[in-house]
Amino acid sequence: MTLPYVLVPRAVPARAMLWASPLLAIVLTVLAGALLFALMGQDPAQGLKVFLWDPLATRRGWSELGLKATPLILCAVGLAMCFRANVWNIGAEGQLIAGAIAGGGIALLATRDSTRMIVPAIVVAAALGGAAWASITAWLRDRFNANEILVSLMLVYVAQLLLAWLVHGVWKDPEGFGFPQSKLFESAARMPIVLAGTRLNIGFVLALVAAGALWLMLARMVIGFQLKVAGLAPLAARYAGFSERRLLWFALLLSGALAGIAGGIEATGPVGQLTPTISPGYGFAAIIVAFVGRLHPVGIVFASFVMALFYIGGELAQSRLGLPSALTGVYQGLLLFFLLACDTLIMYRPMRRKVMAVSA
Amino acid sequence: MFDMMRERRNRRDVPQITPPLPMTARLSLQGVTKRFGETLANDAISLEVMPGEIVAVLGENGAGKSTLMKIVYGVVRPDGGRLFIDGHEVNIDSPARARALGISMVFQHFVLFDSLTLAENVALGLPPEPLAGLTARLLDLAKRYDLDVDPAKRVHDLSVGERQRVEILRALMTSPRLLILDEPTSVLKPQAIERLFGTLEQLAADGVSVLFISHKLDEIRRVTHRCVVLRGGRLVANVDPRQESEASLARLMIGADPPTIAAHDSPPGEVALSVTGLDTTHAAERQHWLHQLDLDVRRGEIVGIAGVSGNGQAALMAALSGEWVDAKGSILLFGTEVLRLPTLRRRALGLRYIPEERLGHGAVTALSLQDNVVLTRDTLRAGGFVHYGEAHRLAATLIERFDVKTTGPEAAASSLSGGNLQKFIVGREIEAQPRVLLVNQPTWGVDVGAAAAIHNELIALRKAGCAILVVSEDLDELFELSDRLFVISKGRLSPGVRPGEISVQDIGRWMSGLWPQHQVSA
Repeated sequence: MTLPYVLVPRAVPARAMLWASPLLAIVLTVLAGALLFALMGQDPAQGLKVFLWDPLATRRGWSELGLKATPLILCAVGLAMCFRANVWNIGAEGQLIAGAIAGGGIALLATRDSTRMIVPAIVVAAALGGAAWASITAWLRDRFNANEILVSLMLVYVAQLLLAWLVHGVWKDPEGFGFPQSKLFESAARMPIVLAGTRLNIGFVLALVAAGALWLMLARMVIGFQLKVAGLAPLAARYAGFSERRLLWFALLLSGALAGIAGGIEATGPVGQLTPTISPGYGFAAIIVAFVGRLHPVGIVFASFVMALFYIGGELAQSRLGLPSALTGVYQGLLLFFLLACDTLIMYRPMRRKVMAVSA
Repeated sequence: MFDMMRERRNRRDVPQITPPLPMTARLSLQGVTKRFGETLANDAISLEVMPGEIVAVLGENGAGKSTLMKIVYGVVRPDGGRLFIDGHEVNIDSPARARALGISMVFQHFVLFDSLTLAENVALGLPPEPLAGLTARLLDLAKRYDLDVDPAKRVHDLSVGERQRVEILRALMTSPRLLILDEPTSVLKPQAIERLFGTLEQLAADGVSVLFISHKLDEIRRVTHRCVVLRGGRLVANVDPRQESEASLARLMIGADPPTIAAHDSPPGEVALSVTGLDTTHAAERQHWLHQLDLDVRRGEIVGIAGVSGNGQAALMAALSGEWVDAKGSILLFGTEVLRLPTLRRRALGLRYIPEERLGHGAVTALSLQDNVVLTRDTLRAGGFVHYGEAHRLAATLIERFDVKTTGPEAAASSLSGGNLQKFIVGREIEAQPRVLLVNQPTWGVDVGAAAAIHNELIALRKAGCAILVVSEDLDELFELSDRLFVISKGRLSPGVRPGEISVQDIGRWMSGLWPQHQVSA
């Protein structure tokens, strides 16, 4: 209470600034990142070049970016829909893992004679797996009014342990030298590549289609209107006659299904088998992506590329500069920090206590 | 009329600083100005309150009354102007500073902790001291000002009137020299209002100055010594209310003659809404209990339900509208049992509802007016996609037809004043041509002009054959509108009477649940 500054709400927050805020946050993150390189004894220019420029210098680099952005887009558009409806699903990581288990389970059934027809089956299974995982959260919230933030978060760890148990046990590759991983999927069960010579697969197309569909749903469709009203004013939603329970289930099941698809694509795409760490935290990073993208599907596609850049930049910084890979996490944290700071300062104005007392 | 006003304004404009007055003003404001964004909430307001004087601050919603009071109490900082207390210029930068200067304020919405006792609530606002001594002082004060309370009672067991007495006592414990009351009577029964006025007169006799915010003209004429009228942020009159009529005060307040109410005529028709044995005593919260309610509303009839809020009105409205489908008993809508039907199905049968709370219930504040039309216009949501084009046209029609002051269908609901948003919501439901309309507090916090417009719309709707049920705390409104009147108290419904056959005092008594048990229903 004795801080020399207090935050005073601005009468009219600038509308344009609310959209500029994520861009400002990205710029500030990059500047802070440069400072970070300097503190670690690296040339900041060189560091930034490796971290932010080199991944964009080649066609392959861009394809890797799209590959990493795929699960982020799929998770984040679903989360954005939930957040708009005031349903705080933060367990996309768990739903992603459940999708990887379900999709991977189908992929493991493939034999040398399997056709490409197994790919849609994998996607559907992954969607169902993610939705099933999210349905636990929905049911507990609906039946017992359990807090969905806690439940969905804790279910992430359950999903991680379930996956670990499977790849250490029944699904362990007998020829895998004892490593905790499944056998490699048959080539028919791998996501088809859309850009020859790269790893970019059909999942990226699916992610873009999902973003477009979610945009249509939120902006034009009745269900989107209902979700928006339920999030902004639950009493008004009840007054209008929108069923809260239906909307809760809808938001959780759909976002779970999208996260599940992300997991299925990740397992049968770039990874090619089930491993205990199928995701480097895509489900959690997607929360940041959703907010940086202003909970808008188009914004989320752009934000996903920025976040994907941080993932790849972190890997390059590790291999070329010998920096710790934790750099990716630091960049993610910085981005969220600066976004929240920008938003706060757009909504509120800091004022010196003394000045306040003297004025008038 | 205009000449009179100009004369008053001139009187106000005479500089009041130089000649020493026989008595120093307790509070003096000079040119106080406050701007919020583009609106000038207070425009160079100058005002004096003498010791022992009760001054009413009268004005429509949005006239700047509350802002001015918050400036005096240190909640809002003025952009310009000077404040004097007892002749000394002061800078009131916080409520704590205001209290140190001897200013206390009783807000319209109480700030009490439900689970604490009355004495504990009072103790919270004061420097630490033993509770026993404080209780003794509290009882002394209560006795002196006839504010009968039990300090050991917990707040959740208190009625609204009692809660207000606690707030006033809490304010008095600091021995204020200036007491500000923000619409203190809006939550009180007639008898409680009488007691409050007695207390205020006693305070004035003891030399305490009182600033009394209200838009109820009869009260102002009864209890206050002087009345200042704000309109559009400016002080437009400074009059002796006893020399004015209610009509002249209303003219000063809205700057024009208030619209008149159309006369009642047509006889009621068949029963539209029939409620029997409606019971919610299984609900978790006692204040939502309804005990075996029976009620009929006929076509072409307005039935009024009076009562102090928190006596089951919310549960009644929720059960009838379909927001709550857990009630027991029977609700027949034109012969169809709708007790278990959700809102949408009841709306399809012609039942529409205007909730008490505009913000976040009747309208989504963050959304535009056209989006708010989509909320209850189910045809705009047919076929999976929202018909935004049609919604835009309908919103424009409503704005035009119901004289809603706004920039257009794209304006956010939050940008409208209370009265204009209420006109929009009422218009939205009326334009849908309901067969049965439920209205909770149709003109709560709405200015006189908008209130009259809403009343006329309801009367026109009745003439068109709609069955209307109005729940209100405003007895004047109910006496004006209703063909039959009921009182709700602690979840029970009184017998029905015609407004011409009962006095306001009797209705006040009924509001405490004291109605004759075997009265023949009207």
